[in-house]
Amino acid sequence: MARTLKLRIWRGNDEDGALQDVTVEGNNGEVVLDIIHRVQATQMGDLAVRWNCKAGKCGSCSMEINGKPRLACMTQISAYGEDEVITITPLRAFPVIKDLVTDVSFNYKKALEVRAYEHPVDLKPGEARMEQVDVERSQEFRKCIECFLCQDTCHVIRDHEENKKSFAGPRFFIRIAELDMHPLDTLRNRKQTAQSEHGLGMCNITKCCTEVCPEHIRITDNAIIPMKERVVDVKYDPLRWLGSVIRKRDGIL
Amino acid sequence: MTQNIERHKYDIVVIGAGGAGLRAAVEAREAGLTVAIVCKSLFGKAHTVMAEGGAAASMGNVNEKDNWMVHFRDTMRGGKFLNHYRMAELHAKEAPDRIWELETWGALFDRTKEGKISQRNFGGHEYPRLAHVGDRTGLELIRTMQQRIVALQQIDGRETGNPETNIRVFAEVTITEILKENGRVAGAYGYRRENGVEVLFEAPAVVIATGGVGKTFKITSNSWEGTGDGHALALKAGANLVDMEFLQFHPTGMVWPLSVKGILVTESVRGEGGILTNSLGERFMFKYIPDVFKNQYADNVEEADRWYIDQDNNRRPPELLPRDEVARAINSEVKAGRGTEHGGVFLDVSKRLSAEIIKKRLPSMWHQFYELAGVDITKEAMEVGPTCHYVMGGVEVNPDTAAAVGVDGLYAAGEVAGGMHGSNRLGGNSLTDLLVFGRRAGMGAVEYVKSHGANPVTDSTIEKATTRIAAPFTRTGGENAYSLHQELQEITHNLVGIIRTKAELTEAIEKIADIRKRSANISVTGDRMFNPGFHLAFDLDNMLLVAESTAKSALLREESRGGHTRDDFPGMNPTWRQVNHISSFDGTKVEIKAQPLPVLPKELFDLFDIHELEKYMTPQEIAKGGSN
Repeated sequence: MARTLKLRIWRGNDEDGALQDVTVEGNNGEVVLDIIHRVQATQMGDLAVRWNCKAGKCGSCSMEINGKPRLACMTQISAYGEDEVITITPLRAFPVIKDLVTDVSFNYKKALEVRAYEHPVDLKPGEARMEQVDVERSQEFRKCIECFLCQDTCHVIRDHEENKKSFAGPRFFIRIAELDMHPLDTLRNRKQTAQSEHGLGMCNITKCCTEVCPEHIRITDNAIIPMKERVVDVKYDPLRWLGSVIRKRDGIL
Repeated sequence: MTQNIERHKYDIVVIGAGGAGLRAAVEAREAGLTVAIVCKSLFGKAHTVMAEGGAAASMGNVNEKDNWMVHFRDTMRGGKFLNHYRMAELHAKEAPDRIWELETWGALFDRTKEGKISQRNFGGHEYPRLAHVGDRTGLELIRTMQQRIVALQQIDGRETGNPETNIRVFAEVTITEILKENGRVAGAYGYRRENGVEVLFEAPAVVIATGGVGKTFKITSNSWEGTGDGHALALKAGANLVDMEFLQFHPTGMVWPLSVKGILVTESVRGEGGILTNSLGERFMFKYIPDVFKNQYADNVEEADRWYIDQDNNRRPPELLPRDEVARAINSEVKAGRGTEHGGVFLDVSKRLSAEIIKKRLPSMWHQFYELAGVDITKEAMEVGPTCHYVMGGVEVNPDTAAAVGVDGLYAAGEVAGGMHGSNRLGGNSLTDLLVFGRRAGMGAVEYVKSHGANPVTDSTIEKATTRIAAPFTRTGGENAYSLHQELQEITHNLVGIIRTKAELTEAIEKIADIRKRSANISVTGDRMFNPGFHLAFDLDNMLLVAESTAKSALLREESRGGHTRDDFPGMNPTWRQVNHISSFDGTKVEIKAQPLPVLPKELFDLFDIHELEKYMTPQEIAKGGSN
């Protein structure tokens, strides 16, 4: 069944931009990405949107829909009321390139900073033996489709550009946790570097990342908290650690 | 304009960052060469990510009777013996090493009880053979390769201070041309999608690893990137395409709701015990077992069900026939009026497996149906129908080196290369194809560069490339690329689809030519900043060449085989099995010529039961018994 949708789409570039009102037809069962494509094909031929698989598997069409970080291909229009205006804006934590497309290179830089998997030198191809239960812990994190919605929503960088330098973000905390829990990885100090090099301590466990994860990865509970706990076990006195973070933030240290 | 272009020099340029491209790049870097990886989307988003079921490799972890010879036989059978035997042989032999190698780079496959890599059943594979991670195997593969690239960059970073010394990824760049000088490859030319800035890559070798052509069709499981870029780039550079009439329509795509029509429903659903029924509740696949498969597939429900428990003493359920058979069967049921409300059939796994196991083994499927269709597959059946999934045809290559026939310095691997899968690809053979031939393409290109050296690009060549990119902006009030694309998709869907006829193909060829003519007059609104209308203009040009090649090859092949079904020529013809169709491009149109299929050498011929070969080959071929 067709319906008329009222959209407000952000259009602009890194210097300037504004919301534009658009009215467009929608059909039952369509997702927001379908609607954007219709706008593109009929009204705004140069409307920029990044997308790829349109099946929730590649994590390309990340944007903010009514202020919530979401995949446009997995957001049904039926979730919005008949008279509701759907506002579509680019990811806020990253610089805009054009319209709904942002520069997410921050994430690729951070990926380069996480030390890669290190295979045991004496374990030849085909010889690895692992229990299913042991691989499942890391497999949960390897479900990540790198949509970067968790990075976008994380207030440590969303509202604090200055933190980007020292904070890797939830996507890379699960990457570190994945390697830390990998049954074969031989690099042994991952939890410590999560703290000392990737800013794990700046996370204050508000679980926003877990809420927006389209793969339902329990980022906070299964990756961040266990790493924080063990870092504390190994090295830190929690009170002193908290104090040092607060001082660091205020620029005292 | 030429003074504003970005210029780079590399030993090798890899176009495409899916499994094949990344594997080629790793090979080049490990041989000590510099390599640029160029891709249309962000790094890690390539269509490989969509592969669900698994990667076929005869590791023998679940059934120790499996080995490369069994895998080779299955691959040839699946392809109806039109495969290039040497590619199928190399693939079957090398696939296990490529999977184990991934594990040394950090991949985490599902395990057997003994802790080895688990392997699952799949259509056309005699034994459980697919290494998998739930139903997101492609994601595991692409992420592992991506992280391998990062690992190598980290090593380079530690050694040289710059992680991009030897491998650099150019994401969101479209290549519009393979450049040649002195009759051989000199580089590649394109533009940044972000801002339209033109980029010149000077490199004596180019590896094309651009994947498929699905977006030529209306209903497809492919992402927007599957626009046949590599097929078209190769044709324009003087290479050939082989057997472009063969397209795989995956039997199970979603059919409802409309917006997800075509999205893949993994074959693992059937591998795990899913059954197909029509609107009358009949398990119809028993009616569609072709003679050539009678010995391997159960013809009654009882035996088919027993197979899940005892695979040694029962034949397989017919739901696990090769994809072309299942797709045609579903198509027939729907045409006969026994389809579902939305024009598909039912696929049900809820009656055989518990909700818990379904969610564990098929998590993405559960997710996909629950969120996009409101269907809980642990309780109810899915509605499915055929969707354009894979192109068997592709660049004609030397099997051992992946070198494109006819163009020095050009290599092709993965879906864009032809020959490996014959007339129909088995599920699971694609992921290992990427790795086996991605590596070989890398090796081939490395050898070539080492023996040939640089081949500088001249200004006049750059001038031509840049003029072509600017053209759509110089026109006003011309054709709309979106509309032409939709027209093309209607034509291919209606006239070059699963079932084809002479009249329809002839009509298609005329109509495609007409769109091609009109496409020369495409105009684009807006500027070069991330402008999808501009991008589509180039993608469309590629799709038109692919469609022309497919329609023309399909018209000539007067038989039905694998991913090519002619209503006016039903059934396989052994004489046609000896023929490859070679497409070439003269600058204005695609021409097709017949070329003899390479003959199975005796040692491979002897791997088959002679009575099985009799179903495919002429008596003369049988009498000869192979090539030597």
